[in-house]
Amino acid sequence: MIDTHGIVKTFGRLKALDGVDLHVQQGKVFALLGPNGAGKTTMVRVLSSLMRPDAGTATIAGHDVVRESRKTRSVISLTGQYAAVDELLTGEENLRMMARLRKLSRARARQRASELLEEFELVEARGRPVKNYSGGMKRRLDLALSLVTTPQVLFLDEPTTGLDPRSRLDLWAKVRNLARGGVTVLLTTQYLEEADNLADQVAVLDRGRVVALGTPEELKRLVPGGRIELAFGTEEDLRAAAARVPGLVEELRLSVPTDGSAGEVKRVLDALDGIELAELTVRKPSLDDVFLQLTGGRAA
Amino acid sequence: MTLTLVWRSLRHLTRSFDNLLMTVFLPLMILLLFVYVFGGAINTGTAYINYVVPGIVLLCAGYGASQTAVSVTNDMVRGIIDRFRSLPIAGSAVLTGHVAASVARILVSTAIVVGVALGIGFRPSATAAEWFGVLGMLVLFVLAMSWLSVVFGLIARTVEGAGGFSFFVLFLPYVSSAFVPTHTMPAALQFAARNQPMTPIIETTRGLLLGTPIGNSGWLAVAWCVGILVVSYALARYLFERRSSH
Repeated sequence: MIDTHGIVKTFGRLKALDGVDLHVQQGKVFALLGPNGAGKTTMVRVLSSLMRPDAGTATIAGHDVVRESRKTRSVISLTGQYAAVDELLTGEENLRMMARLRKLSRARARQRASELLEEFELVEARGRPVKNYSGGMKRRLDLALSLVTTPQVLFLDEPTTGLDPRSRLDLWAKVRNLARGGVTVLLTTQYLEEADNLADQVAVLDRGRVVALGTPEELKRLVPGGRIELAFGTEEDLRAAAARVPGLVEELRLSVPTDGSAGEVKRVLDALDGIELAELTVRKPSLDDVFLQLTGGRAA
Repeated sequence: MTLTLVWRSLRHLTRSFDNLLMTVFLPLMILLLFVYVFGGAINTGTAYINYVVPGIVLLCAGYGASQTAVSVTNDMVRGIIDRFRSLPIAGSAVLTGHVAASVARILVSTAIVVGVALGIGFRPSATAAEWFGVLGMLVLFVLAMSWLSVVFGLIARTVEGAGGFSFFVLFLPYVSSAFVPTHTMPAALQFAARNQPMTPIIETTRGLLLGTPIGNSGWLAVAWCVGILVVSYALARYLFERRSSH
């Protein structure tokens, strides 16, 4: 549904995108994960035909985003990083305007606006100018505006930035629902948790390049980040343990790299037979580990 | 599509009270100021109210049109423009919406100004055909000024910057034959006043309303307006595409 090949975009001397290849299948949720300035927003702007790439090609549902921008735009919806709502109009007017611009009839536009106000819990605020809405309400209206007609591809640029936890969960549920209905979703996020929860595929973007690509599970396997953390009561126990199982010693703790399987844990415990153990924790690799390793420790 | 966006821009008018206030009250205040405060001291050889009303009408129309710059910049600096641009519609329809709303707004405010002027002693001698001529001149002038404002709105990086354009437009008529005959000015200023677009436009309007000689002002006025309109329209479309897609 989304295919890009060698997308390059430079701003002055900064290479925002440096040869990005992406392939997203229909009905999948694809996450672009990366720190600030990694090129996520630039990529979304290129894919949604708002920005021309300097090199490379991109197609959405078979339409070239540069040469067939009009056709591209008829199959996509974009919810950008900042709420793209008309602050002077009311919520209902915003929805009706967008429905009319999406070529719905006047009656159908009115009906669709009511449905969306209901679905996004904005019924009470329907007649108030949007400038008086809270941040969360604006975000909800923003997403509703993208769903006036069901797009084939939905772009969400940092959709949950600034949302409270409950609204975030609501939005996740909506995204999953849309994907179940066959909508292809490409979202950008700085939150590893979000990518882990929502995405079928994750591309880690760093300085304009895709540094890792795969399912969240595959990415976690990329780093040997799993470990058993053992805590001891005394220095003596710790030294004795470290002599038997190699690992990283830190204060009274020993951190042993493993794949996290039960067999591994048993092997380590057998080796430590006779040494008194205060605490044992098995840590599986998280997307955080992947992320930190791949982006050279620069936090999201 | 465009109609929906015109509807949007018109809605904005009714929502922003400041805008409405400026559109209706500022012209009235300027009218009263010139007629009652300065009018007694200026000798134009005719009843000053008759001399000054055409100039006031155009000053207000120009100022009103210049507000379009603010509306355009307001859109450009906010996320809403990306939403419009990601729709399968001509992006510039947003600009057309603002211009159409500007024309509608100015026609209403002009009607109010002319109505009040008639009430306080403005006595035009125009026939029905001449009134239509005035209307045509006004619409052409407003279209030209609105598209010019759109260009400034697209160039401005901030809403405040766009607002600066209105001040320029507000002062333009002062150095013309709008309020005083140009022959009363120093030579250098006379040259500027006679050769700037406002003078032929005002002379044409005044001629149509009061029967004063128009001479070649009519053609000059139309040429200026059409020229500004064509160049601004082309430039606006070019800037709109460039500004958001590079």
